[in-house]
Amino acid sequence: MKSVLNLFVSIATQPAILVALIAMLGLLLQKKKATEVVQGTIKTFAGFLVLIGGAGILSNSLTPFAKMFQFALHVQGVVPSNEAVVAIALVKYGTTTALIMLVGMIVNILLARFTRFKYIFLTGQAMLYVSCLTAVILISAKLGTGWQTIILGGIFEGTLLTVTPALCQPFMRQITGGDEVAMGHTGNIGYATAGLMGKWFGNKKNSTEDIEMPKGLSFLRDSTVSITLLMGIVYIILAIVAGPHFVETKLSAGTNYLVYALVQAGTFAAGFVVVLQGVRMILAEIVPAFQGIATKLVPNSKPALDVPIIFPYAPNAVLIGFFTSFIVGTISMFIMIALKTTVIIPGVVGHFFCGAAAAIYGNATGGRRGAIIGSAVNSLLISWLPLLILPVLGTLKLAASTFADTDYLVPGILLGNLGNLGTVAVVAGILGFLVIVVLISLILNGRDKANSKAEATK
Amino acid sequence: MKILAVCQSGLGSSFMVQMNVQQILKDENVDVDANDITVDHSDVGSATADSADYFFVESTLADALGSIPKERIVLLKSLIDKKETAEHVNYVLDNENIAHD
Repeated sequence: MKSVLNLFVSIATQPAILVALIAMLGLLLQKKKATEVVQGTIKTFAGFLVLIGGAGILSNSLTPFAKMFQFALHVQGVVPSNEAVVAIALVKYGTTTALIMLVGMIVNILLARFTRFKYIFLTGQAMLYVSCLTAVILISAKLGTGWQTIILGGIFEGTLLTVTPALCQPFMRQITGGDEVAMGHTGNIGYATAGLMGKWFGNKKNSTEDIEMPKGLSFLRDSTVSITLLMGIVYIILAIVAGPHFVETKLSAGTNYLVYALVQAGTFAAGFVVVLQGVRMILAEIVPAFQGIATKLVPNSKPALDVPIIFPYAPNAVLIGFFTSFIVGTISMFIMIALKTTVIIPGVVGHFFCGAAAAIYGNATGGRRGAIIGSAVNSLLISWLPLLILPVLGTLKLAASTFADTDYLVPGILLGNLGNLGTVAVVAGILGFLVIVVLISLILNGRDKANSKAEATK
Repeated sequence: MKILAVCQSGLGSSFMVQMNVQQILKDENVDVDANDITVDHSDVGSATADSADYFFVESTLADALGSIPKERIVLLKSLIDKKETAEHVNYVLDNENIAHD
């Protein structure tokens, strides 16, 4: 009996097996062929193990980075990278994350079905990462790894990912010229802010798309290339500041310090590629299952999709936003070094996706000026807010990496600080969030009804 | 024949294009098994010329696929316009002499 129980507990606490079982459930619900069920389940299982392997590579390259940073500047240096921090966190919090994601999907479908927020969040990696963030914060707030964390975490994740697309939808209508798709990314709070900035301070007439832009920079959109380049520069500067003596005696076991720095930068990029491959394998079976079930259960639902869907609407704004965002992030970094706070190093991936999207939102409401102001304000958010989220991440604050986008940072900081007030505050906060969203839906529906009645009586 | 949807990270939008292409193949009654058609998605960095026969990519990312022959790259003006994707899928099917509706 005891060994049977042990077997079940072992299965339930092994995230790789658990995620594979979730994928299998999805495949069975879709009535797939037996061979496809087996194939999908195994690929998900292996995918999780690939991801854990990538986490090891990333950690190994970040440890010397943190040591050099500490020695050279006497402060902690952190690279915000969702992929890196999630991969590291999943090693410890994988099971809870997987179950939160499952509950979150159900919450998303229920809210979309019964409230006016008809958004089905289909960006799998964002669901996974937000679930992971929620798991880390709730466990750090001492809610444990049991059903309380899973249910509350699922409610939080599902509610958040139903309402953030709603925040962006007024602007999405202006960008895409339609109401069919929604934004399903994790920078939505920043994008909506950028849209507002454009509206207040911009001038819609001077669109970014009337400017002639140089074409030679698009090779930077290969993340492997841009990450290696940027991390290479950062590592080599650090190695020079830390000095050959420190690097060669303490870290590299005699290898030339510059060569060592370069290899570590390449290793970070390599770990990134491995993690992406793992995430891809995990999501390949789960997302179509979720989409299939959701569209059957929720009539008139709108898919909330990943951020690059808006890039073709304003390719110039993409480049303007990236550079504005990255420059503001770099200036912020130098201010942090001067202030001796923890130093947030601008991550190239976060600044690219979020900076580009913020500029597209800013451009839609306020033209060139809107694009620049929008992406600059978004950049200030993603450069400075990581300082506030680090304290609520428990042991993860020492990982030399952290969450990068606004929709991790803003809700994470709020939830984490509620956690500092005690478990009652967290429970009340999450349930309150859900109730407020449902109430807003009811109030807005009531207003719409009153308006249409008024129209009819006219 | 293999179609590879490509985006910057190879996570969200390329996956969506992949699912759209698979749906289109189904709608067009293409016999996927008999014609040995596979559809997958990846990031730009991992996409090499021998990893697929056709590469579906959002148009602003075209120059990042430098090593792949131009005639095998299918540029999508909009990732969410299923009609546009369907036109490109039909073009590929005709090119490969594969029967469809």
